[in-house]
Amino acid sequence: MSRPEPAQTHDPARHRLSPTRTLDIDPLIEDPATRIVVCCGSGGVGKTTTAAALGLRAAERGRKVVVLTIDPARRLAQSMGIDSLDNTPRRVKGIDDSAGGELHAMMLDMKRTFDEIVEAHADPERATAILGNPFYQSLSAGFAGTQEYMAMEKLGQLRSRDEWDLIVVDTPPSRSALDFLDAPKRLGSFLDGKLIRVLLAPAKVGGRAGMKFLNVGMSMMTGALGKVLGGQLLKDVQTFVAAMDSMFGGFRTRADATYKLLQAPGTAFLVVAAPERDALREAAYFVERLAAEDMPLAGLVLNRVHGSGADRLSAERALAAAENLEDSRIVDQEDGKAGLRNSPDTYGSSELPAPGTPVDDVPDGGSPATADDTGTSPGAGTNGTNVDTDSGPDSERSVDRLTASLLRLHAERMHLLSREQRTRDRFTALHPEVAVTEVSALPGDVHDLVGLRTIGDRLATNRLELPETP
Amino acid sequence: MSRLQVVSGKGGTGKTTVAAALALALATEGKRTLLVEVEGRQGIAQLFETEALPYEERKIAVAPGGGEVYALAIDPELALLDYLQMFYKLGSAGRALRKLGAIDFATTIAPGVRDVLLTGKACEAVRRKDKNGRFVYDYVVMDAPPTGRITRFLNVNDEVAGLAKIGPIHNQAQAVMRVLKSSETAVHLVTLLEEMPVQETADGIAELRSARLPVGRVIVNMVRPQVLDAAGLELVAAVPRSSVARALSSAGLGGARRGGHAERLVDPLLAQAEEYAERYTLETEQRAALADLDAPLHELPLLTAGMDLAGLYALARELRGQGVS
Repeated sequence: MSRPEPAQTHDPARHRLSPTRTLDIDPLIEDPATRIVVCCGSGGVGKTTTAAALGLRAAERGRKVVVLTIDPARRLAQSMGIDSLDNTPRRVKGIDDSAGGELHAMMLDMKRTFDEIVEAHADPERATAILGNPFYQSLSAGFAGTQEYMAMEKLGQLRSRDEWDLIVVDTPPSRSALDFLDAPKRLGSFLDGKLIRVLLAPAKVGGRAGMKFLNVGMSMMTGALGKVLGGQLLKDVQTFVAAMDSMFGGFRTRADATYKLLQAPGTAFLVVAAPERDALREAAYFVERLAAEDMPLAGLVLNRVHGSGADRLSAERALAAAENLEDSRIVDQEDGKAGLRNSPDTYGSSELPAPGTPVDDVPDGGSPATADDTGTSPGAGTNGTNVDTDSGPDSERSVDRLTASLLRLHAERMHLLSREQRTRDRFTALHPEVAVTEVSALPGDVHDLVGLRTIGDRLATNRLELPETP
Repeated sequence: MSRLQVVSGKGGTGKTTVAAALALALATEGKRTLLVEVEGRQGIAQLFETEALPYEERKIAVAPGGGEVYALAIDPELALLDYLQMFYKLGSAGRALRKLGAIDFATTIAPGVRDVLLTGKACEAVRRKDKNGRFVYDYVVMDAPPTGRITRFLNVNDEVAGLAKIGPIHNQAQAVMRVLKSSETAVHLVTLLEEMPVQETADGIAELRSARLPVGRVIVNMVRPQVLDAAGLELVAAVPRSSVARALSSAGLGGARRGGHAERLVDPLLAQAEEYAERYTLETEQRAALADLDAPLHELPLLTAGMDLAGLYALARELRGQGVS
C-alpha cells in the first residue's frame, strides 16, 4: 500500500473528507423549499435504503414525506408496510411523529401506473381497446424504458397532488444509472415522433388525393417495418397507436413537464455510490450528465464506507506484529522462556513510532530489564499442548493466537480502507465541486425502521462511527 | 460443458468480472472464447484496460497455454441493421427507417425485440462454423443483464409470442430459444454472501427453472478470508482486555498498561472483531441458504489489491482450479 499514513487523523472519527466539500443532509431535507429528492446511482449501492432513510429522517424532523420506491428488498418493504403492490402511498407506522411529521411510502407498480394514465385520458371504449391490445400489454409490463418512464410519471402525479412537503424518489435499478434520464424522453419522442405519423398514415391520410405521393412513401415505410416486425405485430402497433392518438400530445406535455420539474429549484439530486470502482465511475458519469441537463445536484452519498478506530496502526505493522506473536511463541515454547517477550514500553512513553519507521526499528521485546508482567510463571510454556484450556500457558498461547488474528483482521481492514480511499480520491479529483457525505458500513442489511434511523443518523452526521477507545 | 455460458448476478456483485474470468479460464489450453457484452456499459473494455469496444469481435486477451479471448459489445441498433441487411438487403430503406426513429423504436421500446437481437447475436456466435466445419468459438460467455431481469431477457420466446405470432422476429425467437433451452447453455448466477443478493439468487434460480432455462453454477464473489473461526470468536467475547493488551505489547506495539499504546489498541481491535463476528454469523446463514439451492457452489476470494488485470487472471486460475472450466 503506497498511501502514506494520513497525518491529519489524530482524531480518527473526524471527517475523512478534508479535501472535499461536505454534504449536509439535514439542512437539505429540512428546508421547506426542498420538495423533491431524487436518489440515483448504479445497482447494488443502497439507493432504496438511502431513499427510505432520508424519508424517515425528514418525517421525524417534522415534514410530511412520501417515499416512492421502485424495487425494495422484501423485508424492508414489509417493515414499512408497503409489501403489497397497490400503487398508492401508505402511511408508515411506528415513526416518531412528535415533530408533527408523517411518513408515507409506496412501491411503484408500473403496469398499474400506465393503465391509470390510459384510463384517465381516454374515453372508456378507447381505454378498453388500448388495455386489451397485445402490444400495449407487453409495453406496459416492463420493457426497457417503461419502468423509468412510469417512475417519472408517478413522481409528476405525486407532485401535482401537492399533499406532501417532500417527495423522496428512488430510481429504477437500471443497467446504467443514466437510463432513467433518457427513457422518458425516448418514449416521449417515440410517442410523439415521425414514426408515429408513419404508422398512423394508412388510417389517417386515407384516400385524400393531395396526400397520395406522401402516402406511397409512407406505405413503403410501413412495408419495411412490416418486414422487420412481422405484419401482425405491425398491425397491433398501428391499432395501439391509433387508439392512443388522442393521448400523444398529453404524453409529450407530461414528459416535458416532468423533465422541467426535475430541473426546478425545489428538486435535489443525490447520487448514491459505494466506494467501489464501478459504482463511483457510474457516479461520475451521472454527475456530468446532471450538469449537462441543468439538473440540480445536491451531492454524493457514499455508502458502506469502512473506518477503523486504530487507523494509526498500518496493515504492514499489524501483520508484522501478528507474525511476531505467532513466531515468538514457538521460540518461547522451545526455550521455555515465555516471560522474556515483554514489551520494553514503560508507562507514559507509549507513543507509536513516527509513521514510516520501519518495523524492524521497533523494539520488539526481549528487554531483560523488564519484569514479567504477564502474570504467568516463566517456564510454564513447556507444558504446552494443542488443547485450549483456561489455565496459564495454554490460555496465554490462545490469547496470542487470538491477538494475532485480531491484528490480521485489522490488516485486512486497513487494506480495505486504503482501497476505498483510492477509489474515492479518484472521484474527488475528477469532481472536487461535488459535496460528499459518507455513511459507514453496517455489518448486515437494514430491514427495519431502527436500521433506517441509524442510516439516517450516519447520513446526517457525516462521520464514520468508529469503534474507539473510551 | 455447455458452449454458451451466461453470467448474471445482482448489481454490484461483480458479474462482469466473473464473466471475464470465466472466459479466460475457458480459453486456457489453446481454446478460443468470445466474451459478449449486451448492456452497452463497456465494462469489459474497462476490465481489460483497453479502449471502448466497437461492435466487432476483437481479440482482447491471451490465456495461459495459448488460448484466446475475443470480445464483442453488441449494439442492438447495429445488430438490427446487420440483421436487416443479412435477410432483406434493406440498404437504403434501413437508413430511412433509422432516420424515422424506427430503429431506435425497435431496439429500445418495441417489446422483446431488443432482447431477441442481443441473444440472437450470441447464439449466432455459438453456432458459427469455419469453412472446415469447426466451431469458430469453443465457448461463448455472455455478460448478461442482472438476476432480476435475466429470465425475461432469455425467455424471449414467451415475451414475443403474444406479439409476433409469425414473421421474422418470431422465427428468430424460435431459433434462439432452441439454443437457450438446450444443454448447450448454462446460466450462472453471481452473488455475494449478503442477504439481498442471496435472496435474489434464490428467486432468480426459481424463475429460471420454472421457465425451463438451464441453471448452471452459483458463484459467490468477493469472499473475505476467514481470519477467525467460531471457536476464535467465542474467545473474542470472553478474553480479558488486559491479556490482549499484554500480547500486543509483547509483539512490539507499545505499552500494555492503561493508556499505553498497546492498551489503546485493544478496544478498536475487539470492536472490529465483533463486527467480524456479526458478519460471520450472517455469512454462515447465507452459505446455508445457498447450499439449499441445489446448484454447484463456487467461491472466489476478494482481491485485497482491488480488481485489475492480474487479479482477473488470478480469478481465472481459481475458477479453473475449482473445475469450472
